[in-house]
Amino acid sequence: MSHIIDRRLNGKNKSAVNRERFLRRFKAQIKEAVSRAVKGRSITDIESGEKVSIPVKDISEPVFHHGQGGVREQVHPGNEEFIRGDRIARPQGGGGGGGGGKASQDGEGEDDFVFELSREEFLNVFFDDLALPNLIKTQLMGVEELKQVRAGYTNDGTPANISIVRSLRGALARRVAMAAPTLARLGEAEEDLDALLESDDESTQEVREQRKRIHLLREKLGSIPFIDPFDLRYNNRIQQPKPTSQAVMFCIMDVSGSMDEQKKDMAKRFFILLYLFLQRNYDKIEVVFIRHHTSAVEVNEEDFFHSRESGGTVVSSALNLMADIVKKRYSSSEWNIYAAQASDGDNWDSDSANCGRIMEEQLLPYCQYFAYIEITEGEPQNLWYEYLKVKERQRHFAMQKIRSASDIYPVFRELFKRQPATRA
Amino acid sequence: MTPISTGSEWTFDLIDEYDREIRKIAVDEFKLDVYPNQLEVITAEQMMDAYSSVGMPVNYHHWSFGKHFVSTEKSYKRGQMGLAYEIVINSSPCIAYLMEENSMTMQALVIAHAAYGHNSFFKGNYLFRAWTDASAIVDYLVFAKSYISKCEERYGIDAVEELLDSCHALMNYGVDRYKRPQKLSLAEEQARQEEREQYLQMQVNDLWRTIPRRDRDDANREPPRFPAEPQENLLYFIEKSAPLLEPWQRELVRIVRKVAQYFYPQRQTQVMNEGWATFWHYTILNRLYEKGLVTDGFMMEFLQSHTNVVYQPPVTARWYNGINPYALGFAMYQDIKRICENPTEEDRAWFPDLAGSDWRTSLEFAMKNFKDESFISQYLSPKLIREFRLFAIRDDDLEDKLEVSAIHDENGYRDIRSKLAEQYNLGSREPNIQVWSVNVRGDRSLTLRHTMHNRRPLDEGSAQEVLKHVGRLWGFDVRLESADSDGSITQRFEVKSNLELQRL
Repeated sequence: MSHIIDRRLNGKNKSAVNRERFLRRFKAQIKEAVSRAVKGRSITDIESGEKVSIPVKDISEPVFHHGQGGVREQVHPGNEEFIRGDRIARPQGGGGGGGGGKASQDGEGEDDFVFELSREEFLNVFFDDLALPNLIKTQLMGVEELKQVRAGYTNDGTPANISIVRSLRGALARRVAMAAPTLARLGEAEEDLDALLESDDESTQEVREQRKRIHLLREKLGSIPFIDPFDLRYNNRIQQPKPTSQAVMFCIMDVSGSMDEQKKDMAKRFFILLYLFLQRNYDKIEVVFIRHHTSAVEVNEEDFFHSRESGGTVVSSALNLMADIVKKRYSSSEWNIYAAQASDGDNWDSDSANCGRIMEEQLLPYCQYFAYIEITEGEPQNLWYEYLKVKERQRHFAMQKIRSASDIYPVFRELFKRQPATRA
Repeated sequence: MTPISTGSEWTFDLIDEYDREIRKIAVDEFKLDVYPNQLEVITAEQMMDAYSSVGMPVNYHHWSFGKHFVSTEKSYKRGQMGLAYEIVINSSPCIAYLMEENSMTMQALVIAHAAYGHNSFFKGNYLFRAWTDASAIVDYLVFAKSYISKCEERYGIDAVEELLDSCHALMNYGVDRYKRPQKLSLAEEQARQEEREQYLQMQVNDLWRTIPRRDRDDANREPPRFPAEPQENLLYFIEKSAPLLEPWQRELVRIVRKVAQYFYPQRQTQVMNEGWATFWHYTILNRLYEKGLVTDGFMMEFLQSHTNVVYQPPVTARWYNGINPYALGFAMYQDIKRICENPTEEDRAWFPDLAGSDWRTSLEFAMKNFKDESFISQYLSPKLIREFRLFAIRDDDLEDKLEVSAIHDENGYRDIRSKLAEQYNLGSREPNIQVWSVNVRGDRSLTLRHTMHNRRPLDEGSAQEVLKHVGRLWGFDVRLESADSDGSITQRFEVKSNLELQRL
């Protein structure tokens, strides 16, 4: 009789390990493919997975096989017109039908091996090796960051936490300790009794009394409890605060008139990347979105990425707003403060010097890292030169230029490359 | 009789009932001898998992299985490819997978095809009887998996992966072709494993004892050949004699070798095995219909799928991809049955023993005692050659044109038959490469020799790549020579042992 088994509820991811091994082995190629792929993507589909292709020759598993040449005979079905002795020209191109070549096995088909990465895997590769620079684990935070740790044993607690081994060990010790004197006396009494019996005296009275004493001692021994509430020990767990980092990221974007749709799009893509990266790698990070033209406003995520608004440009407005917010909400002893600013570098002329000053005096002293990206195809504008001066003096200020969409990813990587030397 | 079911939905009760009826026909009526059956219902994802671990229920981890999985998943999701509707494992009990998505008809078809067709083939065919041990394979794979993951823990994933890569490259050269391998048993395997490790290492050290003990008087005699005779099982040779391998590495080589050996019969009996299973699902389901147990609709669905399976596109078709083993095998078994029952004059001349004999006995004999190559050369009839319109093309690189060397006519039957049989001869399909010699007294280099057949050369790119893997296993220089029919060397490959080999 056949045995029928429903296996559908068994795990279906038996191949997960093999898949992961595969990704691991071709990490380099996949990384390359991902950075190639990301150039062509719009903002929205960074959220989804990605098709990745690697050259077939990289992943082939070689085996010995015959090459072209020599004599080979092959039998085929479906003869229509041939008779014995017919001579046919060789089919071109590696020999398809009649020639019986095995083009696919010869490894000459240089097609790419294409497969799909899940979103998770994609982002893993995407943000591999990136980290916020200079992150310092400064503050001990509130309740969520407590973790339970074992801390020995206590004398009281809930029954669920009774430590059986500890309790019984204690009970055993207590029994031994309490029984010891009685046992000693019992031993003595028994010896005495033996002596009396051996001496063969007619002192039955004494013998009887001795027996009585022994009996009493035995009773005393028997009344020592096996376990006593006094013996109970409970596992103790205490809440220990976990050192964590508290960080805030300021995203500052220029939405002035000189930022055309294309530039705005690039800026948004940069921030989307940044935002995904933060969300993914840091559980607790606050993000502050600031948008500015002539005046700056703090907006929510939705507005930051989607609303349209424009006007002239006063960059310092945004920096001032950020400085305000920092003062009000993120006093720097508790917070790691990061900022990224995107602009086309176009600014009210007299304002640029202003920006440099605010940056150096009010922002950089509190910031762990400030990244400036300028999105422009032409010559750098006055803001760039102003910031260059800042950069010379401040180590944790970085600036990069983005010319086209394809620069976004490399620039992003450049800015947030993991820096082993400076890690806190 | 009322039909067992009318709809296309399956339930466990229905599967059970169909299985019982099919069993009545297969075992009681047609006397198929089968291992106990284990039918497992699985999902499409699980089917893909099974695919990528070469169908086995357990297997060790390796990236190549992951690659396989990734590509199967991709083409399945895009709808480029349906999953094969069945996988069956040569084990006892014989495990057959039924996919959840199948209709009742397909489940019945799979049960007949896999659980009775393939199953009886595994149990009956001489190659499987001689070379595989159905009761032990799953246990052995469990052992292999845990051993390999222990190695990964101890020596690192990379070290294990590299070694497996190299072994996989030589997998086809890790089989004994003539010698019955040891029976596998989990218990013994584990018990003897450590002992073997120690012993092997001793042997190897002994082999490489470096002080040459040459007697004074035969100082100028030829050094003894090692190995004394060429060896065809490269992995076996490496396992036993590679100088630098660690004991655990030898064990890994052995595992790959054992797995290769297990699959060796399957590679030699494709046409026979698939043909046999197809023949039986066809016969059994038709019998169910005759008994009135299945509906017309069931038969229509079954026949549609059956016809797809046994379709042989002609050579001129765009999707022509060689001879379909299902088609050829099915046709041949049907033909044998026909020759037994209704022989023509031609059949009597060609198959005097077969004509008029009991078809069931003759078919059983054919299934048990042949492999593809001999099966075709024994049983391919002129009638089939005509029906398939088979013709042979000779491609000689010294001539500027291809030649039609035989067609389906009176002069061609025997030719076609022997040529088609030769086509299924693994020995000529794969390059014949053997261990030729080891320079024991010199640089310890290993020489492999490829003996050419019909002047067919090795593919240079892949040969060089595989040779690197050989070099990694051997640890010293390795060479590969191609010798043509008169023994002169036409191709040479060489891999120097150096650090480059550490990472291919």
